[in-house]
Amino acid sequence: MKMSRTFKFVYKLGIMLVAALAALLMASIILWMIGADVSQTFYTICFLPLTKTLHMTEVLIRAIPLCILALGISIAYRSGIINIGAEGQMAMGVLAFTAVALAAPDLPRPLLLPMALLAGVLGGGLWGFIPGILKAKLKVSELLSTVMLNYIAAQFYTFCLRVLMLDPAEKMTGSGTPQSMRLTANIELGRLSGRLHYGLFIALVLAVLVYLLMWKTTFGYKMRAAGSQDRAARYGGINVSKYLAISMIISGGFAGLAGGIEIAGVHRRAIEGVTNNYGFSGVVVALFGGLHPAGIVPASFLFGLLIYGSTLAPTRVGVPANIVQVMQGLIIIVIVTAQMVLSNKYLEARMCRRWNALFHKQKEVA
Amino acid sequence: MEHITKRFPGVLACDDISIHVGEGEVLALVGENGAGKTTLMNILMGLYQQDEGRILINGEEVRFRGPEDAFAAGLGMVHQQYMLVPNMTVTENVALGYQQAWKPLKLDLKMVRDRVIEISEHYGLQVNPDAYIWQLSVGEQQRVELVKTLCLGARFLILDEPTSALTPQETDELILLLKRMKDELSIIFISHKLNEVKALSNKVTILRHGKVVFNGETDDYSPQEIAALMTGHEVQLPENKEPDMHGAPALVLKDVCVRSDRGFLALDGLDLTVHEGEIVGLAGVSGNGQRELAEAINGLRSVERGTITFFGVNLANKNPYYVIDHGMGYIPEERNVEGIVPPFAIRENFILKDSDRERFSHLSFLKKKSIEENAKRLRDDFDIRCPGTSTSAGSLSGGNIQKVILAREITRAPKFLIAVYPTRGLDMGAIEFIHRELLKKRREGIGILLVSEELDEIINLSDRIAVIYKGKIQKVLPHAEANRRNLGILMAGVNEDE
Ligand SMILES: Nc1ncnc2c1ncn2[C@@H]1O[C@H](COP(=O)(O)OP(=O)(O)OP(=O)(O)O)[C@@H](O)[C@H]1O
Ligand SMILES: [Mg+2]
Repeated sequence: MKMSRTFKFVYKLGIMLVAALAALLMASIILWMIGADVSQTFYTICFLPLTKTLHMTEVLIRAIPLCILALGISIAYRSGIINIGAEGQMAMGVLAFTAVALAAPDLPRPLLLPMALLAGVLGGGLWGFIPGILKAKLKVSELLSTVMLNYIAAQFYTFCLRVLMLDPAEKMTGSGTPQSMRLTANIELGRLSGRLHYGLFIALVLAVLVYLLMWKTTFGYKMRAAGSQDRAARYGGINVSKYLAISMIISGGFAGLAGGIEIAGVHRRAIEGVTNNYGFSGVVVALFGGLHPAGIVPASFLFGLLIYGSTLAPTRVGVPANIVQVMQGLIIIVIVTAQMVLSNKYLEARMCRRWNALFHKQKEVA
Repeated sequence: MEHITKRFPGVLACDDISIHVGEGEVLALVGENGAGKTTLMNILMGLYQQDEGRILINGEEVRFRGPEDAFAAGLGMVHQQYMLVPNMTVTENVALGYQQAWKPLKLDLKMVRDRVIEISEHYGLQVNPDAYIWQLSVGEQQRVELVKTLCLGARFLILDEPTSALTPQETDELILLLKRMKDELSIIFISHKLNEVKALSNKVTILRHGKVVFNGETDDYSPQEIAALMTGHEVQLPENKEPDMHGAPALVLKDVCVRSDRGFLALDGLDLTVHEGEIVGLAGVSGNGQRELAEAINGLRSVERGTITFFGVNLANKNPYYVIDHGMGYIPEERNVEGIVPPFAIRENFILKDSDRERFSHLSFLKKKSIEENAKRLRDDFDIRCPGTSTSAGSLSGGNIQKVILAREITRAPKFLIAVYPTRGLDMGAIEFIHRELLKKRREGIGILLVSEELDEIINLSDRIAVIYKGKIQKVLPHAEANRRNLGILMAGVNEDE
């Protein structure tokens, strides 16, 4: 039986609408309970950011790291390893990036910027390689190792910012903000508008590259085979542990790169909290995007929107940030649920038959 | 069941099927791979919902929302793939579905255990209620499944290919047992082995492409006639009557020792030689080292001692890639987890071992066109029933999964082929086809090690027959000297020469 395009469209739209309504309803109840202005709040979180260029650029600068992280996470996931250590890998990337920038501030930009970004990739890659090799060789659960490495990375990051890389100016004035000095202009990524930087293009190019790598090359084929059924992959002559470790290096490398770009494009110095939970949101974005670049790109935009919108809410409508986060959580769960329903082919086929029946009946009447 | 219709995305699995089974009757449901037998039974058990049609029990229409409802109505099913939890005991497995034992806050295991013992005594089914599932052979697991189903109070049994993984003895026992049980129960029996159908059933229904094409009394037809009705043509299993090829030794195993997963020596000084252009049948009761042998040769299991010489190179303790690269073809026993990558499309599964070859990729970029062409050709040549080459291999019917593996391994043009239970779960027509393909390969000068429990298969195809028992080759018989009787004796571990 063929499904008409109209049906597919209506079906998807229908489910998305139902999901959106459900999310809206639940969030409204919460807002209503704390006595906030429901419609204003929604407007602020979901639509206000889309109305002005400045807001849009802010949404996009959040989408960039999310997208790069999620791409990396999807590679690992497809290869059979769940990387929830992107947060730590990103921090290590930031450190490596900053270290290069601090060490050789006088190198010309065409040399220094790529070098620093590469250092970021290596820093993150190393942090990804550790759980990868532990799992491949010793079957250590990656959930355990990545989470623990997140802790280590977080503390190491703080230590570096407070001691090794602390801004000399801070030492003098003594305000105590743990951050590095402002890095040389030679590591800066150019900006398009507002704070929006060229990382946008890097993210999009990476999305295309990941697609090609995973679905068009033998390398990606083998990684996916290893991730889908490791025994079959082994039987087929694929070195499963090798691809597991490699996928984690790539995944960590992406996270490190996201960190480097964040510094080069936005902050231009290593600051505390730079990873901003992107590593965890990245997991959600990757899953939400169906572990496919074509889904991850729009998903990261959507999450960028939510994250930015929620920073606006406290000042604009006086809804506390905690409540916004609760709402965010709810919205995400509802959307992900809707997506699971959407991917249920049986339901789709059944609805299609109903639709056809309806359609044909109407024809007869006419 | 009346006018049952079930559609899957892209396939019509059941098309207006009506069957009825009376009390104390055994209905045999037969049909080609992918005909819709399993699907129909899953509908009866409430695992799937039919799109059209209704189910009547004792004249009353029922609607099962899940298997619990079906259990409650006295239906029980033993699935094609056993659904037991390996690291639980028999009692615990039974308890999983045993509602009466689930008191608030407490699971009454003692009661379940008593029930298991009671049932196994009543029907003469020997099981140890305290054994862990992973300790049991396939035949024993089969009995556990039966006991489990009976414990839940089934008065109507559905058995989906219960014998496909059993040894001949276990099969005979099961058939006898079912015969005894059929005074008290109604049974639907799915099988590709028509002599079992003949021995057990009163009525037979044949499905093809989701439709009922034949209904009749079993006694009126011979197995050959049923096979012909099923496939639409006379089935004639080929025999190896060709002259000896006098090939050079291709695979020589010397004094091979290998440990099993549980740590004991599964192969204990095994010696075996297979020549080019020769089929050597490895007969034996499963669990005597066949799986370990196949895995050791293919680099999937480490070898403690001994050599595996393959065209002059030693394969012992090499990785699978190395073995494949040297021209080995391997049809593994576990088709669902080893032979295919279930979520991958059929066409992707066809290149599992060859994605690096120039044929399917260039500078590591996959060649979509030739992969697709290859898939279409294999699908047509091997008659794989699927909606399309992009269907995931895991959603195919058991027999069609097997065909995907066979198609890949045979057409990869290997120098040698190890076939472990290659026709398990295949319908008669497909078996005939596979046997012809194997003989064709032999004629091309390829050596084949055929591991099987089907004595007929081994006797029909092999030039020489080696009998394996407890990790050693008991004896090697030339084709002319082998018959069911002396093989059976050797398989049981008795060597008359000694
Ligand atoms: N879950 C599923 N999703 C999609 N298609 C399915 C699913 N289960 C079965 N099919 C399709 O339905 C058809 C009938 O399958 P079924 O398993 O009932 O065959 P069968 O008669 O039991 O075959 P076999 O003898 O090989 O076990 C096949 O074409 C199969 O590909
Ligand atoms: Mg079946």
